[in-house]
Amino acid sequence: MEIDPFIFRLSIFILSIFLGYYVVWSVTPSLHTPLMSVTNAISSVIIVGAIIAALANNIGNIFNSSSIYGFLAITLSAINIFGGFLVTQRMLAMYKKKKK
Amino acid sequence: MSANLSALFYLISGVLFILALRGLSSPETSRQGNFFGIIGMIIAIVVTFLSIGNFSIGLIYVLVFLSIGAFIGALIAYKIPMTAMPELVAGFHSLVGLAAVFVAISAFVNPAAFNLGEPGKIKLASLIEMSIGAAVGAITFSGSIIAFLKLQGVMSGSPIIFKGQHFLNALLLISIIILTYFLCSVQSSNLFWILIGISFLIGFLLIIPIGGADMPVVISMLNSYSGWAAAGIGFTLENTALVITGALVGSSGAILSYIMCKGMNRSFFNVILGGFGATEQSSIYQNKEQKPFKSGNAEDAAFLIKNASSVIIVPGYGMAVAQAQHALREMVDILKKNDIKISYAIHPVAGRMPGHMNVLLAEANVPYDEVFELEQINNDFANTDVAYVIGANDVTNPVAKTDPQSPIYGMPVLDVEKCKSVLFVKRSLAPGYAGIDNDLFYKENTLMLFADAKKMTEDIIKNL
Repeated sequence: MEIDPFIFRLSIFILSIFLGYYVVWSVTPSLHTPLMSVTNAISSVIIVGAIIAALANNIGNIFNSSSIYGFLAITLSAINIFGGFLVTQRMLAMYKKKKK
Repeated sequence: MSANLSALFYLISGVLFILALRGLSSPETSRQGNFFGIIGMIIAIVVTFLSIGNFSIGLIYVLVFLSIGAFIGALIAYKIPMTAMPELVAGFHSLVGLAAVFVAISAFVNPAAFNLGEPGKIKLASLIEMSIGAAVGAITFSGSIIAFLKLQGVMSGSPIIFKGQHFLNALLLISIIILTYFLCSVQSSNLFWILIGISFLIGFLLIIPIGGADMPVVISMLNSYSGWAAAGIGFTLENTALVITGALVGSSGAILSYIMCKGMNRSFFNVILGGFGATEQSSIYQNKEQKPFKSGNAEDAAFLIKNASSVIIVPGYGMAVAQAQHALREMVDILKKNDIKISYAIHPVAGRMPGHMNVLLAEANVPYDEVFELEQINNDFANTDVAYVIGANDVTNPVAKTDPQSPIYGMPVLDVEKCKSVLFVKRSLAPGYAGIDNDLFYKENTLMLFADAKKMTEDIIKNL
């Protein structure tokens, strides 16, 4: 009997939760704010779904009812991706060591 | 591009996202980590374009909408002051939530585009996944909007509590589960819209009873939700990068909420149910007897600091409000020239989000190896001459260690009172967020400095 691909994705999901658990515990508390802004940026990889939604059946009207949600989602996630990564970079650039 | 090849590339971008978080284990590796994250994102987006392989007019529109978002995002990232980071993060969470809702709607309306079947005949598993994605996304969106408004000060930070609140929330939550069940059997779009509507309402109701100082927990929790919403959509789209990221972000937010709750010695449910503001009545009663305290001016403070050999600075939310971090750094520079040892003590829940104080100090060019966490520095207070408490209150209250009756009993606090002398910058004697009096005000060795944090620090500089 063949295994449903869903089970594979579920395995990836569960293992990633554990991975996330250990990786995040190793994040130094002084970087918790950049952690939040970078997780914001990477969770906007949801833009992948938005692009698929936007470009679906673009024969005829490009802004049909399902595509328009895709286009809106593209803009929202792009704000997050650019805003998230850039503000993280801006913050991380400020963390400096003591001048010896 | 074949489906297998693009799946491999999504896996690579998932791994790069893991490395992005891994980099944050120390400030030296963090910038490289952020770079990995950016590469991962570029791979994911490019692969998506290639796998669709349809470079018609639609692509131009996609790029236009992408550029609009990119422009807005970049503008915000460069303009935002560091003191506004909590608002910014809350705002970003709301966008992730709304994007998840939009993608779920699109998948529901046009399932064929995602290989999920025909409208009205969507695969059962996909339907459950997209319902979860949409519901959690909607909760994240409206919850983050409320958190944003509270942090901005547009909405009062005090908890809004009404009778039957928890009952209503429970009822709505149950109705979501029932709706999902019916949605799976009849696949009516009306049910889907109602599901999203109720989820928006839950997010709103969930956050309004939570007070301002509990925002670190709320922001972390919403961070976690945005991850679970992304994961739900990831399952719908059968996309590994999204599943991995969702799991990472979900567990990251959950861990941060746990750390924040522990920093307040409160259970997660205690924070979420929002009972803390209710203790205000008892504090009015406590305040009736006025205990004696000492207050001083900038001159007294400067004298004490000048003659110290070591100083620990304890910043709190008040420092952020007064924007006092730069003045503080100036003061410290003068002290360092006089060979006074300086360190900073940060309580886990100082400020309005995890790590809030660290970012502000970093902005003011304070080297991160002078900044310490509670466990690292708490034993040093006993050997320190002066503690300079600027904008912090409840996190220094010794009552948490001595009075089992106190609502904050058991909360880990900074042992500020063990210093030879304590300088406490505060605008008045009013109790802090927890609504209880701070015993530290009335200690022999405490000198109260009644002023705005920034103004007082500047005045001390003049007297040094």
